[in-house]
Amino acid sequence: MKGKIVIDTSMCKGCQLCIGFCPKKNIFLSSQLNAKGYFPAQADTKKVCNGCGICALMCPEAAIEVYRDDEN
Amino acid sequence: MKKVYSRPKSLRNVSMHYCPGCGHSIIHRLIAELLDEMNLQDQAICVPPAGCAVLAYNYIDIDMVEAPHGRATAVATGVKRVRPDNLVFSYQGDGDLAAIGTAEALHAANRGEHITVIFVNNAVYGMTGGQMAPTSLIGQKTTTSPHGRTVANEGPPIRVCELMAQLGGPSYLERVSVSSPAGVRKTKAAIKKAFEYQIKKSGFSLVEILSPCPTNWKMDAMASCAWIDEVMAKEFPLGVIKEVQC
Ligand SMILES: Cc1ncc(C[n+]2csc(CCOP(=O)(O)OP(=O)(O)O)c2C)c(N)n1
Ligand code: SF4
Ligand code: SF4
Repeated sequence: MKGKIVIDTSMCKGCQLCIGFCPKKNIFLSSQLNAKGYFPAQADTKKVCNGCGICALMCPEAAIEVYRDDEN
Repeated sequence: MKKVYSRPKSLRNVSMHYCPGCGHSIIHRLIAELLDEMNLQDQAICVPPAGCAVLAYNYIDIDMVEAPHGRATAVATGVKRVRPDNLVFSYQGDGDLAAIGTAEALHAANRGEHITVIFVNNAVYGMTGGQMAPTSLIGQKTTTSPHGRTVANEGPPIRVCELMAQLGGPSYLERVSVSSPAGVRKTKAAIKKAFEYQIKKSGFSLVEILSPCPTNWKMDAMASCAWIDEVMAKEFPLGVIKEVQC
């Protein structure tokens, strides 16, 4: 794993921009509603994340934190 | 693992009222990131509009002076003239800037006021329910142009950057879009450049941002981004429209 993302599901509005733009198709919608009434985005931790941060770049809610391995 | 991105400090840790996928939220975030990176949080003053961004003061954690509909560039002129050392920017929609506020905007631009305008072009009046804006496209269906805008009835869309480029005052005018990762990066770079123009007291700067309004466009967020790239950007060409070396 080269990177990982952490999504603040309480802030997410399920707009799916992160899902649409993730080059690795690593993000999907949860089937659990959040307190706002949206199905929030969720990272597929079984897949490889580049830590590219494109999801965070597009996220309107600033709900995504991006982590990357130091070596990259 | 090292954290390489998290919520900017200048964006309050509250949920914003904007619709899912709304461009205003992305633009607020970019402004907050720049305020952090350029160390401007303590000296920036924003003049928000009437429009969906009317509550910007609840989100971007800086001083704000709310303006009546369309008057943001006039209010920003006053603020900047009495506080020339502060970074003063207005934040306006297309209804606010290009309809009711056209006179204020053009004259502030013509006077070369040392202010920055963040102009959010989403081709509709968002807040009031998706009425036609001066920037609505030919053929675009809105609540007040239910059969589509026509040149004969409403005239063609107004290109604010090109209009202002004819005036002597503006130093930097660029049109960008927040419809793709590359577009979001360019938008941030353009706002940064506009702030730098103001810091160097180099005259009026405006960044026009093509921005999705998925709710009133009746599209999801991804389709809204595609519509900007494939349709809207044809009417509103992206790029630097005017640049006077500062
Ligand atoms: C003097 C006055 N006239 C009309 C209104 C109603 N009004 C509020 S916001 C708005 C237009 C908003 O559209 P836009 O500026 O494009 O911003 P958006 O909501 O799309 O971000 C109008 C007409 C008002 N608040 N004040
Ligand atoms: S971009 Fe942000 S708000 Fe939209 S679905 Fe992804 S995490 Fe949620
Ligand atoms: S109506 Fe449009 S501009 Fe207003 S918050 Fe919703 S998506 Fe954004």
